[in-house]
Amino acid sequence: MKTDPAGVLTGAHYLDGDFACGEGAMAAGCRFVAGYPITPSTEVVERISRRFPMMGGTFIQMEDELASMAAVVGASWTGTKCLTVTSGPGFSLMMENIGLAAMMETPCVVVDVQRGGPSTGLPTMVGQADMMQARWGSHGDYELIALCPQSPQEAFDLMIDAFNLSEIYRIPVMFMMDECVGHMTEKVVIPEADQIEIVPRKLTSQTPEEFLPYRVNGGYVPEFARAGDGYRFHTTGLTHNEHGYPVMSAECQEQNVRRLIYKIRDNADQIVRFEDDGVDGADIVLVTYGITARVAQMAMEMAREQGVKVGMMRLIIAWPFPEKRIKELAGKIKAFVVPEVNYGQMVLEVQRCAEGLAPAVLVSHGGGGVHEPETIVEAIMGAAK
Amino acid sequence: MSRTEIRITGFGGQGVVLSGYIIGRACAIHSGKHATMIQSFGPEARGSACSATLAVSDTMVLYPYIRRPDIFVVMSTEGYDMYRDELKDEGIFVYEENLVHPTLKEGQPSFGIPSTRIAESLGRSIVQNIVMLGFAAAVTQIVPREKMREAVEASVPTGTEELNLKAFDAGCAHFDEKYGQKEVSEKTLTADS
Repeated sequence: MKTDPAGVLTGAHYLDGDFACGEGAMAAGCRFVAGYPITPSTEVVERISRRFPMMGGTFIQMEDELASMAAVVGASWTGTKCLTVTSGPGFSLMMENIGLAAMMETPCVVVDVQRGGPSTGLPTMVGQADMMQARWGSHGDYELIALCPQSPQEAFDLMIDAFNLSEIYRIPVMFMMDECVGHMTEKVVIPEADQIEIVPRKLTSQTPEEFLPYRVNGGYVPEFARAGDGYRFHTTGLTHNEHGYPVMSAECQEQNVRRLIYKIRDNADQIVRFEDDGVDGADIVLVTYGITARVAQMAMEMAREQGVKVGMMRLIIAWPFPEKRIKELAGKIKAFVVPEVNYGQMVLEVQRCAEGLAPAVLVSHGGGGVHEPETIVEAIMGAAK
Repeated sequence: MSRTEIRITGFGGQGVVLSGYIIGRACAIHSGKHATMIQSFGPEARGSACSATLAVSDTMVLYPYIRRPDIFVVMSTEGYDMYRDELKDEGIFVYEENLVHPTLKEGQPSFGIPSTRIAESLGRSIVQNIVMLGFAAAVTQIVPREKMREAVEASVPTGTEELNLKAFDAGCAHFDEKYGQKEVSEKTLTADS
């Protein structure tokens, strides 16, 4: 369906990534935000809290990040599209309730504008070191989706996709911005509302007598009943059956948690998203994401001028990871080069998926800045020897 | 691929970031270029050094930060001292002549303006940054003056457009009077890379 025009600020704007992210959320139909503002993500909620009254949205500044995530999970059960926004220290505090959202199959979006860490680290400076936390931060087995915008324009565009994916799979979606993208101001074009396709909550067509909150009839994603619509339902973070009631058994665990995993794994081919540039026939393939993808592109162009056959694979969706593509490329190339603003996170996935067919060389940056393109060029030249 | 790097600096409260925003908007929205603006995020508060940078290009800006600016606009001594050495040898230097007392280098195109005095003469010293912007627009010609003027109008708070446009025009006029619409060669504006 088309989105509600009330949230769409159509036109060409000059916005920073945080503002663009907020505009993307509102254009996607988000109408509830709970958060505990933290640098460098504060501008996202500043923007939303200023604009929400014009479209009937609700922003609550909560007492902390645990409460923020809890409020988002609760509000989503009214059928409202919900968002919270944070950075590393707050992301850590949200992990418990992100797991709850995954277990209860609650659609929502969590923005993490990554800064240097660990702990409070570098509040105003860039990092990309929460990538593994986005995937594995909460305890237990679950799968989710994480997106990585490389520009304010993508912060807008991908936010629409983030909300849509959260609705399709009934999962928390991680929106992995970084401080550099969040705080850079560039042109952002916002289309007309009738050009923005959104996925509404899939409400059940069953009667209250027939309805069971976690029955899937062989499918992956149960239908949804909003709290207050007259359906009796129960939901819990405990392992639960089709009724949403706790059942403490290995059988129920298998039925419940297997589906949480396989609704993403079995659909990974549809979800995975990356952009290739000159990968065919390349000796070296850069695997990159977020702000680093832009610097890497510059490095790629410099290395090509020196005669190296180098291509680039930019992750737009980092989780699920494009396993098949990496393995396929690994058999054809000399090496992967993986620059990231951390001491080695997504490079581990590249190494895992390459299965030893090609090495993956990490080009690390500890945070507080981005790579110098020359550093990446040097790694490309070294790997090409 | 031409790339122009700009740094604007002054003290917090002078409107440094708004100036950067307007230049970026003039380039990206009104002139079809790519412009990435980054403002300094540190312990800035009113009165301390503050800065904004821009990378302007015909193609997508890949490296977002600046290294050696082609244009340096300075509105405070502290900002001058902090960033003076990074300006390219042939880069354009634009400064508030009553607040900054620079050591001018031979061969460096340098342009001073009493932008605070001019703003005061318009009745509001707060538009000093827009006077400076008009002057810098005239000096650097990074976009046609009219485009920069459109960006000023679109960026300032509603109700203050007239005053700000007057300030912008006053900055342009100062350049015309003092330097007589002197041509600044295209070469000095464009980095080689």
